[in-house]
Amino acid sequence: MKLTLRVWRQQNAEAPGAMATYEVDGISQDMSFLEMLDTLNEELILGGDEPVAFDHDCREGICGACSLVINGDAHGPERTTTCQLHMRSFDDGDTIDIEPWRASAFPVVKDLVVDRSSFDRIIQAGGYISAPTGTAPDAHATPVPKPDADSAFEHAECIGCGACVAACPNGSAMLFTSAKVNHLNVLPQGAPERETRVLDMVATMDDEGFGGCTLTGECATACPKGIPLPSITAMNKEWLRATRKVRR
Amino acid sequence: MPDLSDYTNYRTGEPLVDAKAPTGPVAERWDTRRFEAKLVNPANRRKHTVIVVGTGLAGGSAGATLAEQGYHVIQFCFQDSPRRAHSVAAQGGINAAKNYRNDGDSVHRLFYDTVKGGDFRARESNVHRLAEISVEIIDQCVAQGVPFAREYGGLLDNRSFGGVQVSRTFYARGQTGQQLLLGAYQALSRQIAAGNVELHSRTEMLDLVVVDGKARGIVARDLVTGKIDTYFADAVVLASGGYGNVFYLSTNAMNSNATAIWRAHRRGAWFANPCFTQIHPTCIPRTGDHQSKLTLMSESLRNDGRIWVPKAKGDDRPANRIPEDERDYYLERVYPAFGNLVPRDIASRAAKNVCDEGRGVGPGGQGVYLDFAEAIERMGRKKVEEKYGNLFDMYARITAEDPYETPMRIYPAVHYTMGGLWVDYDLQTTIPGLFAIGEANFSDHGANRLGASALMQGLADGYFVLPSTINDYLARNPHTEEIDAGHPAVAEAVAETEDRLNLLLAVDGDRTPDSFHREIGELMWEFCGMARTEEGLRKALGRIPQIREEFWRRIKVPGTGEQFNQSLEKANRVVDYLELAELMCLDALHRAESCGGHFREESQTPDGEAARRDEEFSYAAAWEFSATGDAPVLHKEDLVFEYVHPTQRSYA
Repeated sequence: MKLTLRVWRQQNAEAPGAMATYEVDGISQDMSFLEMLDTLNEELILGGDEPVAFDHDCREGICGACSLVINGDAHGPERTTTCQLHMRSFDDGDTIDIEPWRASAFPVVKDLVVDRSSFDRIIQAGGYISAPTGTAPDAHATPVPKPDADSAFEHAECIGCGACVAACPNGSAMLFTSAKVNHLNVLPQGAPERETRVLDMVATMDDEGFGGCTLTGECATACPKGIPLPSITAMNKEWLRATRKVRR
Repeated sequence: MPDLSDYTNYRTGEPLVDAKAPTGPVAERWDTRRFEAKLVNPANRRKHTVIVVGTGLAGGSAGATLAEQGYHVIQFCFQDSPRRAHSVAAQGGINAAKNYRNDGDSVHRLFYDTVKGGDFRARESNVHRLAEISVEIIDQCVAQGVPFAREYGGLLDNRSFGGVQVSRTFYARGQTGQQLLLGAYQALSRQIAAGNVELHSRTEMLDLVVVDGKARGIVARDLVTGKIDTYFADAVVLASGGYGNVFYLSTNAMNSNATAIWRAHRRGAWFANPCFTQIHPTCIPRTGDHQSKLTLMSESLRNDGRIWVPKAKGDDRPANRIPEDERDYYLERVYPAFGNLVPRDIASRAAKNVCDEGRGVGPGGQGVYLDFAEAIERMGRKKVEEKYGNLFDMYARITAEDPYETPMRIYPAVHYTMGGLWVDYDLQTTIPGLFAIGEANFSDHGANRLGASALMQGLADGYFVLPSTINDYLARNPHTEEIDAGHPAVAEAVAETEDRLNLLLAVDGDRTPDSFHREIGELMWEFCGMARTEEGLRKALGRIPQIREEFWRRIKVPGTGEQFNQSLEKANRVVDYLELAELMCLDALHRAESCGGHFREESQTPDGEAARRDEEFSYAAAWEFSATGDAPVLHKEDLVFEYVHPTQRSYA
């Protein structure tokens, strides 16, 4: 396949950016999208240009590093991570626009790489169960009903890629935050910190500059792991419950 | 440039006689060691700083636990977030001798299985400790909220895995590594918020600082600004993972690399059993030259999937057109007791053999079928979906084939490295104050790792072993002398790092870092991969110095060092692969026996199994660095088996 790529180039966080146009040829349908970009980068290096910077690591759809907006969609046309997108989703002669996640809480580092450390700070605010090493009772001491365990798992699948934020017209991180709140709050082990967890994580989310949620649902549509939209309403319920219970 | 004979003409130095494991009954050694270790008073711990490099299962759990104990921790990861370390990609599960199935499991059986699975090339004391701790790991992870699979009664589910006959593997669908890593990441996040851990993400260790013979810090590069900085501590812990990416194509993440351990090796940490690499039997075959990495399909698939190839050579009919009696379920045929669940090294070699015979399937004949038709008939599609759904989806996405309809095609790929920095029972390297944990060390898996044991070892080291042993070092080595960037040893390490990066930028040649990585990787796969011969290894050893020389003449790295520069990062990692590859080949050449993942064609049983030569090779080979391209010095640690008598492994 022969393709025209229009790629966001930006030297660093301070510099202004712009779209640059490149042609690539000899692209196989079996290539992953990132392997297609590898091909472009090899050519750029040999031509003495700087390759396009992009985040990627496991290339198996689980680490959450890859983060491209492709033709206006976070992770592109399929419901998967960018690294699991293959060129068979495109046609010969296509023009493809490639941009970084766009959100004020995710400043651009270079080209297609953004800074998502705000997500880490939301987790640091309460996305954990305080269980210092060595304090645990036997794993079977507290049975967890299967539906609760399954629900916890479903939310724990979040890979922290940030597609939800990139897809949201408000740049909101509600789906990400709610996934962690619901993973931990549904478990008996998470109960003692249930209220502080949701209050502190939501407060940090707001402080980090993420937008408000208007339940447009773009986040859940873009999520490569299928975190469901009702996750947000469940968190809102948790938050309301906590504000009534905890006087701060 | 040294010629080949120089590098292979290594000297055997003094043996490693004391690995610091206590004597006495194996089941009491860990208690004994913990009791004998000196402790640091809780009030004094905050005065000690520990550097932890890496945030995977080993590093994340170690950083969190050391901080909980009261130490000041400085932690590094090259990813943008600690949550992305490659442990995240482990699929299948984690072993623990809980015996929740009441199927005859015990600590002793896990110990036995691991020593045997490792083909009698691991230290008994370490493996027994690992088996003991396995039980506590599950408790710890459940307390953290790790959502393991559960049954309708609310209790934890288990499954079986290759190389064993009990169900002792705990799992979270096909995402066990991710869930365990998030547990460690969250514990670490809690300590970051508490101010006990100072995290540097997007920061890569490029050298170790050794002062007066002790590890005192690291040189690291901020990958965003390019700034090279030094960090100091009372002890340094490397949890930087394995070195499988030396092969270019592997199941490792793209950025996983060997620089931290290799630089430590150059500074005096001996490197043990570098040739022990694991080739995982169930990966998705490559599709062409553009392939950048390989994707693993969890070994748990072998619980229900049946592996086969056509009986006839060159049979290119589609799988569903090949009648049952023309299929060869070769693992079930040759190993009736374990069937499709033989250990990884055996399953991988068997796949290679049938492909070499011309019976492979798919493009280039580099594949075998993993068929779920029988499982779907037996359990129903729904149950198969529940158990393996996400793996099937992943396969379908990559290959555009539906594994519910057509059998999967799989082929072996480099997956894990059992070798690593030599460590004693305390997980301390040969540099005092430098510890190595998880895949970065060589300690527990011998010549072959059993499935679901990497997660177990990473977490055992990080949550339980290191936090109990590092106290002893810190208590005995109170550092009164402060060091800073002006110290000659520090200035030297920084200058060397800067010179290396500047040189990479200055060559301005005509080949990309990736092209060299691919070249060394292909060479290693051909000559130091699934089957090795003296002739092939000598060939590789002749070629590697030439590639190295060409690298420094022709490498091209655009941009500058004072910026985010992924080409520079890559090129610098390739520099180290080009040295490590040489040591791997030398180790493989010197070990003229087959054991576990190391298969020397000259040493096999009449029916083609790996033939160990215990009289000559029952030792761990620890290599001491001398200079680039110069022969290293071999130090042997003899392995003594008091409990598990070495036998020819049999899974028939």
